[in-house]
Amino acid sequence: MAHIDEAPQPTTQPSRAVAPPQGREKKLPARDRLTVIVMVTIPLLLVLGLVWVPALLSVVLSFGKWNGFGDLDTIEWVGFQNYHDIVTIYPAFWPAIQHNLIWLGFLFLIPTVLGMLLAVVLDREMRGSRFYQTAFYMPVVLSLALIGFIWQLFYSRDQGLINQVFGTQVDWYGDPGINLWAVLVATAWRHTGYIMLIYLAGLKGIDASLREAAAVDGANEVKTFFNVIFPVMRPINMIVVVIVVIESLRAFDLVWVINKGRNGLEVIGALVAQNVIGEATRYGFGSALAVIMMLISSVFITIYLRNVFREERRG
Amino acid sequence: MSLSRSSAIPRSALTTMAASRRSVLRGMALSGLAVGGANMLAACGGDSGGPATGSGATVKFGINEAEGSGAAYDRLKAIGDAYAKESGTKVALNAVDHNTFQESISTYLQGTPDDVFTWFAGFRMAQFAENGLITDLSDQWPIDGLNDSFKQASTAPDGKQYFVPISYYPWAVFYRKSVWEKNGWTPPETNDDFMALMDEMKGKGVTPFAFGDKDGWPAMGTFDILNMRLNGFDFHMSLMAGDEQWDGDEVKLVFDTWRKLLPYHQEDPLGRTWQEAATAMGKGECGMYLLGTFVVDALGENGDDLDFFTFPELDSSIGADALDAPIDGFCVAAAGKNQEAGKAMAKWLGSAAAADAGNDAADAPFIAANSGASTSTYSDLQKKSAEVVGAAANIAQFMDRDTNADFANTVMIPSIQDFLKNPDDIDGITASIQEQASSIFG
Repeated sequence: MAHIDEAPQPTTQPSRAVAPPQGREKKLPARDRLTVIVMVTIPLLLVLGLVWVPALLSVVLSFGKWNGFGDLDTIEWVGFQNYHDIVTIYPAFWPAIQHNLIWLGFLFLIPTVLGMLLAVVLDREMRGSRFYQTAFYMPVVLSLALIGFIWQLFYSRDQGLINQVFGTQVDWYGDPGINLWAVLVATAWRHTGYIMLIYLAGLKGIDASLREAAAVDGANEVKTFFNVIFPVMRPINMIVVVIVVIESLRAFDLVWVINKGRNGLEVIGALVAQNVIGEATRYGFGSALAVIMMLISSVFITIYLRNVFREERRG
Repeated sequence: MSLSRSSAIPRSALTTMAASRRSVLRGMALSGLAVGGANMLAACGGDSGGPATGSGATVKFGINEAEGSGAAYDRLKAIGDAYAKESGTKVALNAVDHNTFQESISTYLQGTPDDVFTWFAGFRMAQFAENGLITDLSDQWPIDGLNDSFKQASTAPDGKQYFVPISYYPWAVFYRKSVWEKNGWTPPETNDDFMALMDEMKGKGVTPFAFGDKDGWPAMGTFDILNMRLNGFDFHMSLMAGDEQWDGDEVKLVFDTWRKLLPYHQEDPLGRTWQEAATAMGKGECGMYLLGTFVVDALGENGDDLDFFTFPELDSSIGADALDAPIDGFCVAAAGKNQEAGKAMAKWLGSAAAADAGNDAADAPFIAANSGASTSTYSDLQKKSAEVVGAAANIAQFMDRDTNADFANTVMIPSIQDFLKNPDDIDGITASIQEQASSIFG
């Protein structure tokens, strides 16, 4: 302990002072303390039982080879074999990693920016603003499975609307060089409305006096937005970032509906499903994929949490 | 194998990214799903203390067609009712959606399964038998009207029967009679006829073969038939069992032949469903289509105009006497509560009476496995199917039923799709299949 204190820690000193005084907790009446205990333990048990225990079991399973027949003692323990196979001889793995990252980048670049733009425009109480809001938000209430079907009607090579109207013969869902982008457009169609609604709510919550003050100071619309409104919406921005990352890592439904995540649409979530819930029962192999997915997620969680804590300390 | 694209991710995004616990949960939930699915499959109902069969007894009957899913459900329901009427045993029907049933089968069988359930002949049936999940039915065989090839298809590697067949359908080359008559085309007998026919079709601006593989499995039928025509039935079955090399000359020959035939197929198969491909044939844009008899379902009114021939021989030393004809039928679950009732019902399900009960109740009849079953409701297509399959020397079940399900679904589907994308990379694709095959078959 001593050597830790020796190290200069200028940032932690003030935060210690700001930290809630421990004494306050002791003063809670017994009833409140009981409430707190119940409210902490029940969710904790649920999280442990539903998230951590299965997660750890999945890690254990990833070191075995098991087709689901027979008892647990029929699991053949193979060490890192599954992981080795995944990165060396499983052709779908590296494309899947790449596709998830493209997915993430795309969601940030197009639908998020577009959603923000729509929110700003719709926030100006123009005529028919309600109608546009509903129209843009509509796709969000549809399930991704349904969206996959709707877009199939556009994208079908022989019978689809796009090829019929433009007289083209593009194989939107079948050409592995195109289909990821076709799917991303379909995802964006839904995601834009989602982001729009969140920003719209954020914009409505901004104090009108801020805008007035900016206007009095002679700032134009664009400047007001970037220098005043956008920074004030910081909590909303954080939520949007989290949502976008979640959406892109769990990319699954749409590709599953289209072609079960094959042929250019490999994403990690779909690979796990292919190996575990379909007719195939490669539980060890599928678990190893799930563990890799979990590790990738943890990287983002760590970066995010570090960022949040650092901000809190600064604040 | 390039990770270089990972730099495509914006730096600003990286620093603020939050990973979701939900995505982890999803991975977990997936395995949970399979288990949950199985629970749904298992019909509830306590043990009945009464007699095993006859009045007062109950037999649980799990079927892979959901209520209201059409003729297939109607047939199975009618068969269950007919058995209840005939034997006095109460039949508790447990109807489950087709895909759900198939995907949850192994957890279903290890949970609390129904006594009798619908299944297919082939490798997976044998796999269940080896793992003791289904009951030995050899004391119920032989069954009147089911010939030796059906008995063979019901037999696991240990030499005992674990399955009772009820119906089947062949995979063949389908075409529209009126289109062919108009053009003066006739079914080819030899490889030369076959090539000449396809060239003529191309000359007339018709794509010889309709082709769609968006769902991944239809192209397996093409692989099967080419392998059986080029390397023979025995090699095909032994390859499916994991006993042959996937990167050997035989398999390369199959892919190479397929590569040469691809110009006669519809382009861009990977974005096209089999229904869309069938429609293209229905409209006369394509001359023929290699598929199962279920192709009729996608043709609408053109269905009556349909005829077929078996895929012609490619190597005269091998001939053309083998084909894919998947057999549907029933097994008795080893974990079922009422084994005696299950076995008795299974035997009856193989009878002509069972097939007739099913066919009388539905608009679309199946082709009964039992030779004593009435053929009066059959369409011409079905009569011919029965003849063709009856004449075949060897019958395979289709790749995803003949081989390990893990291998078929996670290796062969993507590999065949890769081949269709890059038909020239046969060495790379076969090497990759072999690597994964040795990992799975161990």
